[in-house]
Amino acid sequence: MLYAILCYHDEDFVGSWSKQQDAAVMEKLGLVQENLSKQGRLGPVARLLPTTAATTLRKENPPVVLDGPYAETKEQLLGFYIVDCDNLDAALDVARDLGNANPGGAYEIRPVGLFAPGGKLK
Amino acid sequence: MTDTAWIGAALSSARPQAVGALLRYFRNLDTAEEAFQNACLRALKSWPQNGPPRDPAAWLIMVARNAAIDEVRRNKKRQPLPEDDHAISDLEDTEHELAERLDGSHYRDDILRLLFICCHPELPPTQQIALALRVVSGLTVKQIARAFLVTDAAMEQRITRAKARLADANVPFETPGAVERNERLASVAAMIYLIFNEGYSASGDTAETRKPLCEEAIRLARLLLRLFQSEPEVMGLTALLLLQHARADARFDAEGHLILLEDQDRSRWTKPLINEGLALIDKAMRHRQSGPYQIQAAIAALHSRAERPESTDWRQIDLLYSALEAMQPSPVVTLNRAVAVSKVRGPKAALEMIEPLAPRLLNYFHYFGVRGAFLMQLGRNEEARIAFDRAIALANTSAEAAHIRAHLDRLMRDSQPRDSQLSKK
Repeated sequence: MLYAILCYHDEDFVGSWSKQQDAAVMEKLGLVQENLSKQGRLGPVARLLPTTAATTLRKENPPVVLDGPYAETKEQLLGFYIVDCDNLDAALDVARDLGNANPGGAYEIRPVGLFAPGGKLK
Repeated sequence: MTDTAWIGAALSSARPQAVGALLRYFRNLDTAEEAFQNACLRALKSWPQNGPPRDPAAWLIMVARNAAIDEVRRNKKRQPLPEDDHAISDLEDTEHELAERLDGSHYRDDILRLLFICCHPELPPTQQIALALRVVSGLTVKQIARAFLVTDAAMEQRITRAKARLADANVPFETPGAVERNERLASVAAMIYLIFNEGYSASGDTAETRKPLCEEAIRLARLLLRLFQSEPEVMGLTALLLLQHARADARFDAEGHLILLEDQDRSRWTKPLINEGLALIDKAMRHRQSGPYQIQAAIAALHSRAERPESTDWRQIDLLYSALEAMQPSPVVTLNRAVAVSKVRGPKAALEMIEPLAPRLLNYFHYFGVRGAFLMQLGRNEEARIAFDRAIALANTSAEAAHIRAHLDRLMRDSQPRDSQLSKK
């Protein structure tokens, strides 16, 4: 069984770490990841850029583009994609196509800061 | 991360919201700050034992307010203050309720009021920046003094003076209307940009000391953007700071000399900061509401996108500068544009562009540096030497002077063989 582990924290808090503090946390996490990776149990890992860089597409007809992250609490996170796009407009085009295939709800489009594709899972 | 480092980060991230709310209650900056300090001391006692509260800002606001109210009561009735532990014991029950009441309704105006007070028009820019770093960011006087390269006493005095001026100025504490809010937003953005520039314009030997100013400015810009998610100019400002700061590690050589953009090792630029900046520009452009910060960010972005200096899109940069010129006419903007023009149309056109600026930029270091460079490209070496000499005389930092001296050395090297040939004839 594959599990997704979704990371939540206060970004003001994480953002107030110094470069050294941030690096220390990443190093500790790296050790845990390395261990999993050796066992063939680690898939892709992504660290997202701050929510200030996010845009939200509400899958209405026609779709509405909003600045900022997805803020509703009535809906739940059901899945995610990682797509390679030249810019935000290209990413929004992908989101619109996906939205046409499955209307309702919303997509938050957030640029990825760090990405490790991960090895082959056993 | 150690306990104290963890708590320090939590306190500093809660600070703008907490001090902003306390300022709304007390309508006095000193009282609000003092109350927050007291709450922080209690947090340092309580959090390591009881674990962090779910909403640190709400916890701090309530503890600070209760302590201040107790103090008022104590002064009135001369009754002893309840035991510290007693005062804190029932916090956890009410914290949730308080957090509910604190829901975004005041949040935005509290922080904006706090930021705006710091950039009150009565205050000169140096005081604005110092006050914001002290009050909003919570840096210690010592830290700020270090970043500004002045003594602790001088910085203490600067901040005290700023507060005294504010007290005299009758700052309004009401929630601003829409028009005023926009004006405030512009002055807050300008102040954040000033803080950044204080750090960014540092010379090599002080760059490391002053870097926290750049980081703090970025933190404030992100904060402002979270409050105003759909303001393209706030996106532009944040992008501009991120894209410039991304080059921090590549801007100085081992001796602390400034490395020009085209000579920087681009592999040392910080990729995530660049990506964040580019993402914000993409967001801003969708609004089709151009502004000076967005244009400057777009120019910085074109440099960031160029993997090698030769692949820089100078034509687009020229266009962006001409848009900026139209929006904010200034000889300095024209001077910057001329650099792009020299790449697109050659040094002769660029020189013609900056000749008329001379009377207004008589004492401007960069004018003579750029002028010397154009003259040098045109082979007018003697005139170039005069311009470079003038630039060195006007240099603000040793790094600037050293940079021009390198030009002069090159000039001497290049012109020597020709001179010796001439003398043979």
